[in-house]
Amino acid sequence: MDSATTSQVQLTVNGKPVTLELDTRTSLLDMLREHLGLTGTKKGCNQGACGACTVLVNNRSVNACLTLAAMCQGASVTTIEGISENGRLHPLQEAFIRHDAMQCGYCTPGQIMSGIACIQAGETYSAHAVREFMSGNLCRCGAYQNIVAAVLEVAEQAGGRR
Amino acid sequence: MSRLIGEPLPRVDAPLKVTGRATYAAEHRLPDLAHAVIISAAVGKGRILEIDSRRALGEPGVLAVISHLNTARLPYRPHKGWIDPTVGERLHVLQDDFVRHWGQPVAVVVAETLEQAEHASHLVGIRYEAEAPSFTVPDGESIEPQGGYPANYSRGDADQALATAEHRVDCTYLIPRENHNPIEPHATIAQWDGQRLTVWDKTQFPTNVAEELAAVFGLERANVHLICPFVGGAFGTSLRTWPHTTLAALAARHVGRPVKLVLTRKQMYFGTGYRPETWQRVRLGAHSTGELTALKHEGIAETSRYEHYIEGLLNAPRFMYSCPHVTTSYRLVPQDVHTPTYMRAPGAASGMFALECAMDELAHELRIDPVELRLRNEPKIDESRNVPFSSRSLVQCLRTGAERIRWHRRRAEPGALREGHWLVGLGVASATYHTLRNTASARVRLRPDGTAVIETAAADMGPGTYTSLTQIACDELGLPPEKVQVVIGDSNLPRVPPHGGSQTLSSVGSAVLAACLAARSARQERAHSGAIAGSEIVATETSQPGDATKRYSMHAFGAVFAEVMVDVDLGIVRLAHMVGVYAAGRIVNPRLAHSQAIGGMVGGVGMALLEETHIDRRDGRITNANLAEYLVPTNADIPVFDAVFLDEHDPHVNPLGVKGIGELSYVGVAAAIANAVFNATGKRIRDLPITLEKLL
Amino acid sequence: MMPFAFQRATALADAFAAAANRGRYVAGGTTLVDLMREGVETPERLVDINALPLHEIRLRPDHLEIGALARMAQVAANADVMRLYPAISQALLLSASAQLRNMASMGGNLLQRTRCPYFRDVTSACNKREPGSGCPARDGVNRLHAILGTSEHCVATHASDVAVALVALDASVRIASPEGERRIPLEQFYRVPGDTPHIEHVLRPGELIVAIEVPAGPHTEQSTYVKVRDRQSYEFAVTSAAVALAVDDGRILDARVAAGGVATVPWRMRHVEAALIGQPLSASTFRAAARLSVEGAVPLTFNAFKIELLPRTLVRALETLETLAVPAL
Repeated sequence: MDSATTSQVQLTVNGKPVTLELDTRTSLLDMLREHLGLTGTKKGCNQGACGACTVLVNNRSVNACLTLAAMCQGASVTTIEGISENGRLHPLQEAFIRHDAMQCGYCTPGQIMSGIACIQAGETYSAHAVREFMSGNLCRCGAYQNIVAAVLEVAEQAGGRR
Repeated sequence: MSRLIGEPLPRVDAPLKVTGRATYAAEHRLPDLAHAVIISAAVGKGRILEIDSRRALGEPGVLAVISHLNTARLPYRPHKGWIDPTVGERLHVLQDDFVRHWGQPVAVVVAETLEQAEHASHLVGIRYEAEAPSFTVPDGESIEPQGGYPANYSRGDADQALATAEHRVDCTYLIPRENHNPIEPHATIAQWDGQRLTVWDKTQFPTNVAEELAAVFGLERANVHLICPFVGGAFGTSLRTWPHTTLAALAARHVGRPVKLVLTRKQMYFGTGYRPETWQRVRLGAHSTGELTALKHEGIAETSRYEHYIEGLLNAPRFMYSCPHVTTSYRLVPQDVHTPTYMRAPGAASGMFALECAMDELAHELRIDPVELRLRNEPKIDESRNVPFSSRSLVQCLRTGAERIRWHRRRAEPGALREGHWLVGLGVASATYHTLRNTASARVRLRPDGTAVIETAAADMGPGTYTSLTQIACDELGLPPEKVQVVIGDSNLPRVPPHGGSQTLSSVGSAVLAACLAARSARQERAHSGAIAGSEIVATETSQPGDATKRYSMHAFGAVFAEVMVDVDLGIVRLAHMVGVYAAGRIVNPRLAHSQAIGGMVGGVGMALLEETHIDRRDGRITNANLAEYLVPTNADIPVFDAVFLDEHDPHVNPLGVKGIGELSYVGVAAAIANAVFNATGKRIRDLPITLEKLL
Repeated sequence: MMPFAFQRATALADAFAAAANRGRYVAGGTTLVDLMREGVETPERLVDINALPLHEIRLRPDHLEIGALARMAQVAANADVMRLYPAISQALLLSASAQLRNMASMGGNLLQRTRCPYFRDVTSACNKREPGSGCPARDGVNRLHAILGTSEHCVATHASDVAVALVALDASVRIASPEGERRIPLEQFYRVPGDTPHIEHVLRPGELIVAIEVPAGPHTEQSTYVKVRDRQSYEFAVTSAAVALAVDDGRILDARVAAGGVATVPWRMRHVEAALIGQPLSASTFRAAARLSVEGAVPLTFNAFKIELLPRTLVRALETLETLAVPAL
């Protein structure tokens, strides 16, 4: 049986097909940051305890630090670099700017990815629901109330369009 | 053109931050980059007997295992960088076999990939001769701190006044060690080119990194270049240049390649500072009408055995309230720990917790409303220095805050408000932080195309340095924000004080203002002289505080009001609401100031209810060195807070009239919450954090 | 992290073969990858089982069947689970974070390792990690440790929330191996530490949890999970309680009670149930029964408060059900 400690992974990152031969130990997070140069996804704790590394895998938010790249065979991964379309910011990125939903900016990409997941999951019926859903993303600068305001605003706009 | 100062300009670097294009220390890309991992000591004190690197070196990709056994003695020239403790000497890393604290770096593994380096770090066999470290705060042998703030202060005769006071309170407060825990870990990329060293390092003090590395490695200062455009939160932990930065440079030199070194979250607790554990005793004497007659405030804090870390723990009690008899005394207990450092609102956060809780205890004892008690003790001048305040609006802060939180709902009797199984309580505390300003320089380039570049070695860990400097420059140069570029985070730029102590805007802002004025007059001169336009105009100015600090006492003030709910059965405390009212001089950008203030309040919630670094005193191990068990507030813990800035004009503090809010907004929060918990439950919790078992 | 081989199993037979070749199953990876990075877990081979057809949640006539690879988030949001087994949904939603709930499988959740800091730190002694090396938690930092089911060798709490709800609701796990399947009540699946704290459950090498079955009953709809913790989200339990009641005319016909955050395994409390059954639905019934929950509890240096907090947690959970049982007019 194969005992190689490297593994070939084929996946899509922000809509582009990627094939990499990786050390099996490589996390999805390190694959993005060290191998693909996509440093928008942040490493905060590397233990699944802060959410700075949040990305969407097959449209669900996950901690990239606890996801082995090898387990993403065939997956579709979306990072902060992949949510603007044709150079136009995603509505939640715009809302984050409007509400100043950041200070240092380090947790911000993860917050935005979780915010997108929150809106998609429909967990925006109350501020309380948003706060709970978004609690997997720590913000040490304390921008929480502005983050919640940004998520609620975009959810409302999206609802209004439907 | 309308003025931008005072306008809520959106954060100018926000587009970079929301797209992931803001690059932090570990994100600079270099060819041929190797990865370094620190091995942390697994004893709390002792000596290294053996380091066996053979297995590690046999692993694929491993380039080196560096320890005191195979690295040269570094010059470690004397260097004190403003933020370094006056007394003592910094930790010299990998220079001997001594272990001074748990987690001290004892070796560095360098490998081609991060995975290889991490694995190899587990394979290095290290044998120690362990001794029992000592942790004796507050009872252990203490010393009088030297250097920095005076350890002792006295006016009148506090002991005598206490003995004869009509009413007294005498309370002891404990605050555990707290860690900054910015979400971005410390990280350094180091690259050598002969005797020239370039580092991308997370720092709040760019020039200091270059100066410290020059001193450690015996280099010309001009040969060290630090680059750090973005800082992913810091709160003080990136003021000093810690050993890991030296280690990254050392490793790069050792393997002859650029090296990246990122601390693990666990290592963030073992060598990058923390708010020290403190013990405080406050004794107040007062007339039954509330006027203070005596104030005695003692504090004891931990420090390392190799440096005296000193903070302004007991500064505020000297001037906060009118009182004829005041004594403060401050002691340090050296322990087998690494040196504490400034953490958001250093000194004030801890000292004001004790003082403001004691004031609440006095108010309860005297049956005087806690807001009213503070109003009755409002001083006319700074009684510790006998000089007027440059401005002081505490009274207005208290009154405004009381209105906004609807203080009239509060019942003097604890436990009187109840909703279901929730007891509801309201609490108040005053806040203050001294207004700092130090010499700073800035350069302005007016380009022929009508744009301007502002260059200064400042940093922006989140408060919005990029944005506020843009606003200042726009107003002075008459340019729109899109035509002004602010460049900071580079040690080759004009020198400024550290980005801490809420002094960036007061110091650097003043320098930018001066440089812009100089550039403008140079432009006018050129216009008058009819010189050919087309070349760049460059103006560099240095701005320093005058003698106003001698004539005035300069502080920002605020009032924090907390409304808490305490589960009557389970002891859980929830914030229902919090109002912070701040008088901090001119507010350059209300949007960003609001963010910073609510952020300070959130930090204070952590201090009040959650944060505590757990040390196993048997060996010095920290058992919650992670973000799952070192609890910081989550989104679910924080309702919408109300942060308000009062209009305050202070012509004395600095040319911009700004006082700073980063520290101020953290002060008083823990006391307001503790006081609200008392109002809800009748229980005085004098040791932080206020965890549920203390309320059962 | 130690180097390891990696393979994907697309059928149970592949998985068993790989496991026989020193393979270790991985589903969500949220515990395993974390502990591999700490050096606590050192598998030589990982077998990715996510392609196995074990993701479904099915409502059977007499029980709920949860595929072992169903994700926590998927189970929590399942309409049948929410309606018929609210304690399960609640326990899941009060666990970890949205991201971790998207990642973690139900089978993996049941097998998650303790958060005891001494277990997680390879520079420390720990009987669970290194049998015979000692238990520093007994006299160390132990506020979050267990008061029930402990031994002199181990005082670590079991970290799962949903396992507490499942144990309360008489769930079983279906376990597969090349020899076939067996079914074990979850309560018997876990082993208290005794003098072998490194043996945490009855899974034999190579065996795989394929499904969780929760029987139907008149009590499951009236079930709830209450979790007490220091912060309001993203934290393990200080104490927790899963309770279920069948009530008729103000009298308790049947009861299920289990506790978390206080014991070395999810802790079913049949003596508390016995004290509830047949009694009127009242505060005094709840208090009297809850008081029994800490019989035999052994406090440590910093967790004696749990002896007071656990009964209160149970009472709160029972009160929550009482409110449900007596609809407001």
